[in-house]
Amino acid sequence: MSDDATFMLDGRPIRFVAGQSILEAATAAGTFIPNLCHHPEFKPHGSCKLCTVKVNGRASSACTTRARAGQEVASDTPELNRHRRTLLQMLFVEGNHFCPGCEKSGNCRLQALAYDLEMLNPHYEHFYPPRPIDASHPDVLIDFNRCILCALCVRASRDVDGKSVFALAGRGTAQHLVVDCPSGKLGDSDFAMTDKAAAVCPVGAILPKRVGFSVPIGERTFDVEPISAHAAHAAETRG
Amino acid sequence: MRHVAPTPPRRKLRVATASLAGCFGCHMSFLDIDERLLDLIDLVEFDRSPITDIKHCGPCDIGIIEGGVCNAENVHVLWELRANCKVLVALGACAVNGGLPAQRNHLDVGRCLTRVYRDRAGAAVPDDPELPLLLDKVRPLNEVVRIDFFIPGCPPSGDAIWKYLTDLISGRMPRLEHPMLHFD
Amino acid sequence: MTTNEAALDTVLADLLARHGRDPGRLLQILLDVQARFARVPPEAVPKLAAALCLPIGEVESTVEFYSFLSRTSVGEYRVLFSDNITDRMLGNLTIFDHMAKRLGVRAGEVSDDGLVSLDTTSCTGMCDQGPAILVNGIAVTRMTLRRADQVCELIRSRVPVAEWPADFFRVDHNIRRADMLLAADFTPGSALKAAIGLGRDRFLEEMRISNLRGRGGAGFTTAVKWEAARNAAGDERYIVCNADEGEPGTFKDRVLLQYYPERVFEGMALAAYVIGARHGLLYLRGEYLYLRPRLEEKLTELRALGVLGRSIFGVDDFAFDIEIHMGAGAYVCGEETALIESLEGKAGRPRIRPPFPVTSGYRGRPTVVNNVETLAKVSEIALNGGAWYRGYGTRQSTGTKILSVSGDCARPGIYEYPFGVRISQVLEDCGARRPRAVQISGASGQCLTPREFGRRIAFEDVPTAGALMIFGDHRDMFEVALNFARFFRHESCGFCTPCRVGTTIQAKIMDKIAAGHGTQYEMNELEHLHEVMRTASHCGLGQTAGQAIADTITEFRGDYEKRLARKDFEPAFDLDAALDRARDITGRDDADSRLVDEGWHARETTR
Repeated sequence: MSDDATFMLDGRPIRFVAGQSILEAATAAGTFIPNLCHHPEFKPHGSCKLCTVKVNGRASSACTTRARAGQEVASDTPELNRHRRTLLQMLFVEGNHFCPGCEKSGNCRLQALAYDLEMLNPHYEHFYPPRPIDASHPDVLIDFNRCILCALCVRASRDVDGKSVFALAGRGTAQHLVVDCPSGKLGDSDFAMTDKAAAVCPVGAILPKRVGFSVPIGERTFDVEPISAHAAHAAETRG
Repeated sequence: MRHVAPTPPRRKLRVATASLAGCFGCHMSFLDIDERLLDLIDLVEFDRSPITDIKHCGPCDIGIIEGGVCNAENVHVLWELRANCKVLVALGACAVNGGLPAQRNHLDVGRCLTRVYRDRAGAAVPDDPELPLLLDKVRPLNEVVRIDFFIPGCPPSGDAIWKYLTDLISGRMPRLEHPMLHFD
Repeated sequence: MTTNEAALDTVLADLLARHGRDPGRLLQILLDVQARFARVPPEAVPKLAAALCLPIGEVESTVEFYSFLSRTSVGEYRVLFSDNITDRMLGNLTIFDHMAKRLGVRAGEVSDDGLVSLDTTSCTGMCDQGPAILVNGIAVTRMTLRRADQVCELIRSRVPVAEWPADFFRVDHNIRRADMLLAADFTPGSALKAAIGLGRDRFLEEMRISNLRGRGGAGFTTAVKWEAARNAAGDERYIVCNADEGEPGTFKDRVLLQYYPERVFEGMALAAYVIGARHGLLYLRGEYLYLRPRLEEKLTELRALGVLGRSIFGVDDFAFDIEIHMGAGAYVCGEETALIESLEGKAGRPRIRPPFPVTSGYRGRPTVVNNVETLAKVSEIALNGGAWYRGYGTRQSTGTKILSVSGDCARPGIYEYPFGVRISQVLEDCGARRPRAVQISGASGQCLTPREFGRRIAFEDVPTAGALMIFGDHRDMFEVALNFARFFRHESCGFCTPCRVGTTIQAKIMDKIAAGHGTQYEMNELEHLHEVMRTASHCGLGQTAGQAIADTITEFRGDYEKRLARKDFEPAFDLDAALDRARDITGRDDADSRLVDEGWHARETTR
């Protein structure tokens, strides 16, 4: 790679490979840019907007913006972090996120980002939407209360599992996850525990049944280290 | 845990605490600051609180409230503390986002009452004015009164409470970071 | 199998055959299903999914996205009141309430006998002749209480909409000022022949010289767009005419499509000639359904004239035809990538750009999406040349711009001016007496006050997609902002967090202020929300959803402040009303069963 294949992220040079997004390049370099709907194995979606950065002064999603030589990217700034906190608060009030009763607590990326950005409360009036759970599948539970509409399961099921079990339907805050079968119940779909879609939910919306507290609260991934440090360590491991 | 000796204020601060729709777990966690209670007692004195058993509060510097708002009585207690405390602290998950009690929010409160009293017990739904009426939804404190500070957690650890309160008492902007910031 | 299901199967089989079992035509099929059954029956969803080889979830996704599709019945007669601020100013709510009472139906509900439903909808583009309604998708203009009574009577007597008095459906052009486009005669085919005479490259050069810029608002240079699409790799190319004129207060495309359709279609053919497209798609907003039959006829005429078809005007490799796709009540589809998604039969969620449509658009092929007005202007350049065209307007904004003028003025309607016209000139021409403010370019545009009326309509000064709504000195600008806030909440597609949640929170706060429960706290929240939505939203909808509020707070703060409670905090909800349900069940009415917020200030002072 030539020396000019770098851009500046918060004043530090980041090397990149042609075709990488700003988020991918930063992640590879061990610099964390907050994100929720991104997953390295899938096409970027760009909907959560947590990774919003300023590229040469213009706001754009780091996950969908190609890295280019000489870009000046600002990410870890008080202003952008304030926006991110607001976006997290929006996600918290939009659904029903009660961490103490959630098996994902401690491994949840939404929660971990809230910790990282020091979000102390959800701030806005809660919507408290009524969202019944779907326990029809023998192995997997869907708790729609916690769904943040990141479409990772949609992409995993469509692009990896080749099943398209999930889709997002509805408009505005009525948007919700739907299951591909006439009854709309996961148990009636061809979803399987071994599907990629069963393993990508960043929050506690898609959870395996009969697994509870095998790792105690307090010892889980983001209890042990903040999500930003975790991302940096993961980059080191990949080396 | 590093023991930070708080800067003592010029006079002892008056603190009130209350538990609304919660489980008292946050108060128990408060007591978990253990021997630091002795430090705390040099800095503050307690007004209305389950600890003192004082039923109504007078002018205070800090009000600490555990639990969400589920009924009319909760609202009155909250109003009383808001009226008397210079700053109000929402303590714990229920105070911050409604918590576990708020998981009833998708149910119709009228149907709940009818189910429990009329259908199951064959009795009338009680109309005793002594019983606080239920709100249609359980709400976090900040949707009812202005709240100045939030300590999330179910419960927040004694360390987190100690850190936050000593920041506050010493006049520092209180901060909670990893690993003390917890929602569970 | 029940008879109903048999009937459904028959209808679906017929529709599927007519639409060539093309999954890309899903939305068009669903619109036909809706028209036939007054809803999309739940059983139809898996059947369509199977027939079109689509996942059920994807069909659901489309069904639930569009306002004009519904899962439950909307009655034999679906009455939708256009609810733009201009309709409000013309008294649409009084008429709405009157009709609700007469028909015995509540807002958003269907009458018990399943005959009629009544609801509001986003601006239907009849601002110069409102209040307007849609009855089974067809526009009825100039509503009055008397006309409302007549409509109620026709509905009660179950008279088919096709047999209603023609005057109800009269849509006037209200052209008040015609300039180079609207005043000129046009012979279909003439522009295309002229361009063919020049050849593709020289005509594109003329386009470049003209510096024609997109009239949809963004102002992208048309020639550059065309050239990019022409040079992009692809086995097929498409021309899309964006006739999803959803911006509240805008109706100039409607007039162009109704009175100058050959200009628009020929513009599409000209673009096709340059970039080598064989297929054109006109995406017509659902609210303009009434235009469709006439547009189809016009297409037939143009085919007969040889403007459309194979070997057009003797050019061997020039074949082009146009197909009309209907929208279904989704403002966001005016965004070009959302529009393309919708053309493909999907929910209209804006795509990630890049890639831009010019390289990967409709069905992944190079696609040019141009606004109706832009395409209408193309024929002028073909006929008269780029240099001539550049003689009009300003250097950066050449040619003329058609404005849709509505609100408080004597002569609302269509005004065509060379770019560079001062707003004060427009106001004088339309007879606006003592305007307090002008909302430029619709709900997503900017709000200007009299001290800015000397500014010019031009990309370099006040850019606009064409709407100019005038508010007289008796108008309350908070009401305007409130109307827009509710509009954006309804229209947010839900794709990205800031817009999906932000528009809802914003509208809630505006409702709270409207109810007299707002405080300075809410004012600060509005400003912060706008900042976050503007910075982080995926598309223009969210980026501009707080603009009108921000503008009116700056310019008309008093209209907000007079509504604010004299407190520093008000609860998020009505505390006493939150006890209603429990009070009702317990039958209590004692003092303790009430939460009268005498306010903690009051308590403090009495202590």
